[in-house]
Amino acid sequence: MKRTIRLWLWALVAVVALSTLAAGDDTSTSTIRLATTTSLDNSGLLGAMLPIFTRDTGITVHVLAQGTGQALDTARRGDADLVLVHDPEAEEQFVGEGHGTNRRQIAWNDFIMVGPKADPAHIGGGHDAVAALIKVAEAKAPFVSRGDRSGTHALELRLWKMAGINAATGERGWYRDIGGGMGQALNAAAAMPAYTLSDRGTWLSFKNKGPLAVLVEGDPKLINRYDVIELNPEKHQASQLAAAHRLSEWLLSTAGQKAIGEYQVDGEQLFHPSAAAPR
Amino acid sequence: MDNLASLSAALASGELWHIIGLSLAVSLSATTAAAVLGLPLGVALAVWEFPARRFLIVIANALLGLPPAVVGLTLYLLLSGSGPLGFLRLLFTPGAMVIAQAVLALPIVTALAHRAAENLWAGYGDALMDLGASKLRAVPALIAMGRLSMLTAVLAGFGRTVSEVGAIIVVGGNIAGYTRTMTTAIVLETSKGDLPLALGLGLVLIGLTMMISAAAFGLAGRSHA
Repeated sequence: MKRTIRLWLWALVAVVALSTLAAGDDTSTSTIRLATTTSLDNSGLLGAMLPIFTRDTGITVHVLAQGTGQALDTARRGDADLVLVHDPEAEEQFVGEGHGTNRRQIAWNDFIMVGPKADPAHIGGGHDAVAALIKVAEAKAPFVSRGDRSGTHALELRLWKMAGINAATGERGWYRDIGGGMGQALNAAAAMPAYTLSDRGTWLSFKNKGPLAVLVEGDPKLINRYDVIELNPEKHQASQLAAAHRLSEWLLSTAGQKAIGEYQVDGEQLFHPSAAAPR
Repeated sequence: MDNLASLSAALASGELWHIIGLSLAVSLSATTAAAVLGLPLGVALAVWEFPARRFLIVIANALLGLPPAVVGLTLYLLLSGSGPLGFLRLLFTPGAMVIAQAVLALPIVTALAHRAAENLWAGYGDALMDLGASKLRAVPALIAMGRLSMLTAVLAGFGRTVSEVGAIIVVGGNIAGYTRTMTTAIVLETSKGDLPLALGLGLVLIGLTMMISAAAFGLAGRSHA
């Protein structure tokens, strides 16, 4: 019986020891939390360039990869130190509410429409995203929507609006709101198969393309700009704003811009540094 | 073959070792916490009779199906910078993940320990009391007597924690090199379309879980003999 009590005490010690071990790593001032989009993280860009920043500055960056809407909410609640996202309208709102400041573009690439190679809606080779969506709706061909308030979802909704089609409340069946990240949407589209809107970075680094191919590209409406937004010190005193400012500056510096431009997957450049950006 | 190539690449990068280590550290911490609290609690619920007892037993059994996503979300709101416990700065740390998983495992350990102790108490309770044991002393005695059942209760709790993703991805944030575990890495690789690597990670996780379970029963069996 005494043995059991002793065992229980040892277990108590083990809990404390193990949780210290688990929590052990740093939460010092040289760590910042970057709330960003899945497209920058899943494409491997952040994994390739942040170690360079950490080496140069000693600042560790914890990447929270979420949809743009969620990333901005995370920052609103005070759970991030810097934001790197791609939805101009949501960003303007974030800055307008007084949460963000010093919003600057760091990189751009473009969105594309992907879909089955068989192309039942005959949109392949087009350069007009709105015309393509109208054809998809007319053919009632399966279309996968992110449905997650991400930057890509926001653009998709704007394009449907331009097309004058209320796909979300329209006839069910062909419009499929999967409520997930870009990768989940591409996995779903590959399996159905269905059309979907994707950012080029995630598409190029995605490994389960299945029957999917790029069908529409080169529409100026499909420009995808990534902005870094610092947090307003008046609302976010608790955040690591000085270290976050250094990352923001670094992303726009020659070194940061070079790292963005040099990042490739299978020999293709995924992101263009914003020095050459169309605004 | 594809599996092996991408897995060995992941192993060589050293990142996988960190992921495996963190998975085990978080799940074992949470399970140990749940065992330390849940075993005595479950047994006490069998030994003592008090008005709220039935209610607590029903609650423990009802919470067996506690949804991880709800636990994650609740803990997120509590630990968020704008939440009541934000000052702890635990959000997006392994500590938050341990708490989330301990909450999930506690009802499992408690309910299963109670079930085992109930039978033992019915069979041996009078004998224990005749020998002059107090109810307080009966608790560790029953845990020792039913140690294989208690072990099953703890392993069931461990199984819940090590396989769980819904809670830790919310409160941990799946941060590379810091809060990324086996399960959150599987979700991530699936979202990147790297299904072979995701599946490979899944097989490694299943292998680890089986090894821990076998080792625990091996130890318990030896002390039994």
